[in-house]
Amino acid sequence: MSAETSIAGPRPTPSPAPPRLVHPIRGLFDVYVVEARIAIAQQIQYRAANYLYMLGMVAEPVIYLVVWSTVAQQQGGSVGGYTVGQLAAYYIVWTLVRNINIVFTPYGWEWRIRQGQLSAQLLRPLFPIVEDLGFFLGWKPVVILLWLPIAAFLALVFQPVLSPTPAAIGVFFLSLLGAYLIRSLNQTSVGLITFWTTRVGPVFELYIAAELLLSGRLVPLSLMPDWVQRLADVLPFRWTFGFPIEALVGNLSNEQLLRGLGMQLFWIVVGAIVVRVVWRFAIRRYSAVSG
Amino acid sequence: MGPFRLVRLFVRIGALNELQYRANFWLQLLESGIALGTGIAVLTLVFSQTPALNGWSQPELLAVMGVHTLMGGLIGAVIQPNMERLRTDIREGTFDFVLTKPEDVQVLSSVREIRIWRLVDVLVGAVVLGVAISLLETSVGPLEAVAFAVALVLGGLMIYCFWLILTTVAFWIVRIDEIHELFEGVYQSGRWPVTLYPEWLRVSLTFLVPIAFAVTVPAQALTSRLTPETLALAAVFATALMLGTRWFWRIGTRHYSGASA
Repeated sequence: MSAETSIAGPRPTPSPAPPRLVHPIRGLFDVYVVEARIAIAQQIQYRAANYLYMLGMVAEPVIYLVVWSTVAQQQGGSVGGYTVGQLAAYYIVWTLVRNINIVFTPYGWEWRIRQGQLSAQLLRPLFPIVEDLGFFLGWKPVVILLWLPIAAFLALVFQPVLSPTPAAIGVFFLSLLGAYLIRSLNQTSVGLITFWTTRVGPVFELYIAAELLLSGRLVPLSLMPDWVQRLADVLPFRWTFGFPIEALVGNLSNEQLLRGLGMQLFWIVVGAIVVRVVWRFAIRRYSAVSG
Repeated sequence: MGPFRLVRLFVRIGALNELQYRANFWLQLLESGIALGTGIAVLTLVFSQTPALNGWSQPELLAVMGVHTLMGGLIGAVIQPNMERLRTDIREGTFDFVLTKPEDVQVLSSVREIRIWRLVDVLVGAVVLGVAISLLETSVGPLEAVAFAVALVLGGLMIYCFWLILTTVAFWIVRIDEIHELFEGVYQSGRWPVTLYPEWLRVSLTFLVPIAFAVTVPAQALTSRLTPETLALAAVFATALMLGTRWFWRIGTRHYSGASA
């Protein structure tokens, strides 16, 4: 008798509900705050490294600016509706937008998956993407602080011309957040491809090439042929570069500003859905060798 | 062992190592193709707005792009991997193993790694260059060809010196990983002739980061813009830089303290 009961084991008692320590939404918010504070502490520590990184990045818009200013000067002062001073404004604002646009790269996903680093993250009761979003958002105040002297120097050298309305300034700052979210979600989607391919290099290069040409990163979209502009309209890229910059320097109408924010919201929703759905399939393929 | 035998040996080892991963060739080809496509799209865009950029025609700028790609391939295959390895060795203390070998430490540190698949860019650059030359209105004679080759070698040496000086800094400041990003960014300026840039930038891109010597000067040789004075200046500057780098490297290695390997 007693042996039988020991095999059957004690009857399962209804387990008590796990203690709830924090409110789910409140808890998520706290995670963001903590990630942000870690990022700030880390990045201030490596400010010299941060600066080198930023200087390398500033080379890109300066090159574009010089090339297109030369073209504008040869064409009698303006190209694609931009004067030399407006081009300067475009590419200086570009540097801020680009800094805001720095997000967790697909190469990071490649590293996480190849090295098995993801295993530890999966153990936490937290969607890994939340950590990335919080961390890179927390980096931004440091980045902006370091960016200010560079912007001042560029403004001194290249004499930008811009005259935004208060509404445009407001939309600009709001659109920075939108751009950050869209680019984060896009790059996460590209990064998730690594679950299938292990290497993401070529896909990411293709993504960057598309972004260069279709976002206003390389050149204001008004300089592009008509068909490229139409194509850019139906893709997410331009809402991460062209739109925020043009909001500040492009003298957009209030209607255009609102429409831009609406498009950003649309792409955020699409991006979030894609990431969620792809994640569900991707995670099933994950297998780690230690980590 | 002479330095040249050493180089040959390490190139062979590197090649054998990388030849195991043949799929990487196709991935590299794909990446190079994407970069090439983007570059050509930009050139087309510029020349849809203007017939010439600061006096440079479209085939001439294509030649600049060819040299830029070719030099970029050389840097990525030979210079950068060695400097990255050196940086890691200094940080982790494994530089001990280099110091204890009975060879010249600078030579040994500069030839240990080779990424042969990056040489695809050298190939792509050469093809672009060939196409550009065939489109040029002026012909390229043997004199220009020799001047081009000399300028290219001098430019490559200067870029090597630049990288080695920066990496030597790691003996004092351990974390300098971002120098790689900095160089990548600045190197993109070489896609265009440096004569396009404002004075302060042009001077920096000539003497601070010798991209002008590495890309623009060889391209000038092909487009009959190169004066003997410029080539002489390149030779003098390259020599001075080599000697200066050697001197700085010696001071740096004396500063190395190891970190238990």
